[in-house]
This record gives sequence, structure tokens and C-alpha cells, in this order.
Amino acid sequence: MSIRVYDLAHARAGDKGNTSNISVTAYDDAGWRVLQRELTAERVQAHFGHLTPGPVRRYELPQLRALNFVIENALGGGVTRSLAIDPHGKSLSALMLTITLPGHNESAA
Amino acid sequence: MSDVMARDKIRIGCGAGFADDRIPPGVEIVERGQLDYLVMECLAERTIARETLDRAKDPTKGYTPVLLERMQAIMPPALQRGIMIVTNMGAANPMGAARILRKHASDWGCPDYACAVVQGDEVTDIMRAHPELPLMEDGAPLESLLPRMASANAYLGADVVAQGLATGAHLVITGRVADPALFLGPMLHAFGWSYDDYPKLANGTLAGHLLECSGQLTGGCFADPGKKEVEDLAGLGYPLADVWSDGRVEVSKTPGSGGRLDIATCTEQLLYEMHDPSAYITPDCVLDASAVTFRQVAKDRVALSGARGKPRTPTYKVVVGYFDGYMGSGEMGFAGINALARAKLGIEVVKERLRRRGLAYDEMRVDLIGMNSLHGNDANLCPEPYEVRMRIAVRTQDRQAAEAVGAEVRSLHMQGPAGAGGGINFGARQILAVKSVLVPREWVKPEVVMECGA
Repeated sequence: MSIRVYDLAHARAGDKGNTSNISVTAYDDAGWRVLQRELTAERVQAHFGHLTPGPVRRYELPQLRALNFVIENALGGGVTRSLAIDPHGKSLSALMLTITLPGHNESAA
Repeated sequence: MSDVMARDKIRIGCGAGFADDRIPPGVEIVERGQLDYLVMECLAERTIARETLDRAKDPTKGYTPVLLERMQAIMPPALQRGIMIVTNMGAANPMGAARILRKHASDWGCPDYACAVVQGDEVTDIMRAHPELPLMEDGAPLESLLPRMASANAYLGADVVAQGLATGAHLVITGRVADPALFLGPMLHAFGWSYDDYPKLANGTLAGHLLECSGQLTGGCFADPGKKEVEDLAGLGYPLADVWSDGRVEVSKTPGSGGRLDIATCTEQLLYEMHDPSAYITPDCVLDASAVTFRQVAKDRVALSGARGKPRTPTYKVVVGYFDGYMGSGEMGFAGINALARAKLGIEVVKERLRRRGLAYDEMRVDLIGMNSLHGNDANLCPEPYEVRMRIAVRTQDRQAAEAVGAEVRSLHMQGPAGAGGGINFGARQILAVKSVLVPREWVKPEVVMECGA
């Protein structure tokens, strides 16, 4: 069984230059365990691969049940020169939430 | 001064988190927040470059354009209640901002007030003198940007904001100051915290970081109907922080306002625009937020703990704004049967017309709004929408070539595929890009100057 990140967590995206950072915060402990194990930097890199070659770094804040992903080169050359309709990448938090993870059973426990 | 120093607690509110932020919640927090200080943060990374250009055209301009409108609404109720105001709306001309305010303030019922102006963030001369400085983005020397430089400003710290307040000013107007430092300044002033008291600097910086984006702490950027509800989002209230002299902080929001403030909203805002949580670098300290915890102590009230601080770095960060050509764009809509194919034909027609005119571009981007404009999906894998908008955007050094794009897109109304509607020519605009360098602290000379009226 698989589950969407959307069902486990909420997310917010921020920008600095050409780097996007996206936080992912689990709603509960069971969801956190799935995120911590399955939402790897590699998986995020793969999901964002059409936007950026990366790299992607992941930081863990277990006391907040939160992960912070720093995704480099994701903003079309940077907020100030990007031609994108969303140069800040504010909508990329929603792209993060579309990632599908294995581990439905555990999160439902 | 002594009575201020003796205080055990202060309350700081946020009245604006970006230049064009909504004004009514700022007025509301002044009237109902029981504040000691109001901070308004109105400078994004590149806005100061635009304001520097304004000042070049008219030396009395260069402050945040919305300054008068915002201050007319905020200053009278704030001064009436004895609330001190700190704002970076001075942008590229803090003294100009102070002077134009003085001109209008008596008409608003504020004839008597003291205004301190923070200067010294502008460092274009230092940049010209040091073309060898490496850019933080790619390590290349600054030199290549200098001929195109529009602005250069150092992110000043809370110390100079506190100096401004120490003059007894009711109003401190700055140019570029690090966003959290606008909030830490009042704490340094009220409590006399020193720069080696890292736990307090860390807590104060954390509070500033949480508050600096106004409604993003209180339920803005959060609601997802059916999943994450925000009560009365339309009436979203702005945040405030209660700070005690021992460094304790609780955050809350305007009483009776809409929105929500809880551990979920605090966690999202903690990590907003943060990279490594253990090393959030500000001019005042290096904040280690990796062990921060939040505790809900009442409805819409959260206590912060776990922030740690390390000494400030020996450098200031400088953002250099520079000209990077022009951007031009246009959009056109299509709907109904075969809408997508008609939109794609419209794109090809515009590209071909530009090519036959001999116009070439450094970069061209094509979007199908409704399919791939935000997440960059492969449009071939998206379900075909009932309606779709095509968009073309370019970057070029040639303004006329940039202008041609929106015009060609808009002409699809008559010279394009069937049923092209709702076209928009966004015209062309000059691109002001930014890059950063670090400079030794001792090169920068922040100063406080009193604005004393005519």
C-alpha cells in the first residue's frame, strides 16, 4: 500500500535566491515515522528532477515532527530573474505533498 | 530611560510583512494589541534596488512607495497610545522618508514626535573599491556586476535599531536591516541585553523570525479546505510577541481577530526561508533552531523554547542589485473542444512570428496555465482541461524585443487560432537581479541621525 505525503503532513515553501526550501510537518507520530523513513532526499530529488538537478539536502527536527528540504537550483535562475509565473516557488509546497510513499499500514496504526 | 530599563516585559507587534501588505490588520493590532512596539517590515531582497533607482531620478524619493498611505493609517493611533514604531520603509532613502512624513504628520494629528533615522547600510562605494570580493552564489568576483550595479546594501543588525530607540524616538526609520533585527532591536533597548548573552539573542531572533512575515504566523499561507481549516481567514489578525527580560517569549495575535496561531503554524513559519536550522545566520547571532519546541499555553498563544545562539559572524551580508536585461510576457486563453491544441498552435505561431522578425532571446519560457505553469509537469501526462491559457515569457537585453512578445501574444485575438480570448500583454520590465557578498564588519558604519523637522 502507498500513501500520499498530503495525507500525513502539511508543507510550506520559501525562497532564497535560486534555492527553494520546503518544510514538511507530520500531523502525528505515526505519520512522522513514515516521513522520517521514506521521505528521503533522494525521493524528493527524483520528484523534483524535472525542475532541478539538485542537490537536495534534508534536515530533521524530530521534536517538531518536521523535515526541512533545501532544494538548490529550483527557481529558474533565482527569484529576481526567473521567467516563471511563480518565481518564488511558493506553490512547490503542494508539489511536495503529491509525493507517494510506501507505508500505509504503519501510518494507519 | 531608567523606567524603560526596569521593565520586565514588552509586547512587540508586527504591522506589515511586505511592502504591499494589507493595512487594516496593522491598524487593528495597534488599536487592540496593547503593544509597546510596532514593527513593519517592508523590504524584499530586490525592492531596495528599485527604490534606489527612484532616488536617482528624484533625490527626495527612494522610500517605500506605500509609506504615506500606511503611515497615515498607523501613526496617529500608534503615537496616541505611546507605541514606538520601527520600520524599514526608509528603503533607499530613510532620511527622505522621515522628511516627507514630517511634512504630512501634523495634518494627521501628529505634530510632536521624535524620529530617528538609521543610515549606513548603503555600501555602493565599498563595492566599487573592492571588485575582488567573491559572490556568495558562484564565487566569481564582484567586478563583472559593477558596471550594471543598481544598489548595494548591508543587512544591519539590531544594535543600531536599539541605538535609534535609545534617543527617545517614537519612530525609527531604517533602510536595510535584517528582518529579525527589527524586532530584536526593541528587546535590546528595553532590557539592555548584551551581545554575549547568546540564549537571549537567540530567543529574540527566533521571535523576530516568526513575526517578520505578519499573517504567515497566524494562519496565512496555511488553509486547505477540508484538511487544514483557518477560522475567519478573511479577518486574519497579525502576530505579536510577549518578551520577558530573562529571554522568555510567547507569541500570540490581535485579540478577537481571525486566523489561528498554534504549533502547526509556528512550525511552518519557523522553517520558512530557513536552510540549515542549526545555523540561521543573522547580523546579531547565529541562531540554532534545531532544538526549538513550541508549547500551546492558551488558544492562539504559543510559548517558544530551545533556541540556542552562537556569536555573530565577523561579516555583514551585502545584497547587490544589478540590471539584467528585460523581461517581456503575454497570455492568451482558450476553452472548449480542442482548446489545448489551439493554445499550442498559438504558441507556435507567436514563436514563428518573432523568429521571422529576427528577434532572438537569451531565454524563452512557455507555459500552459492550467496544466504545467506552476509545477512544471509534463503536459502530455496531464488530463486535458476544459480551458487553458498559453503564456510566453522571455529575457533579453533589448527592451523592444521584450515588448514584442506580449504584443504578438495579444494579436492572437485576431490573427491567431479560433476562439482566442482574454489576452493580456504584460509589456516589458527591466530585470533587477540580486547577488550577495560578505564584507568585514569594520568596513560598514551604521549610524543614527535625528530628523528634526524643517
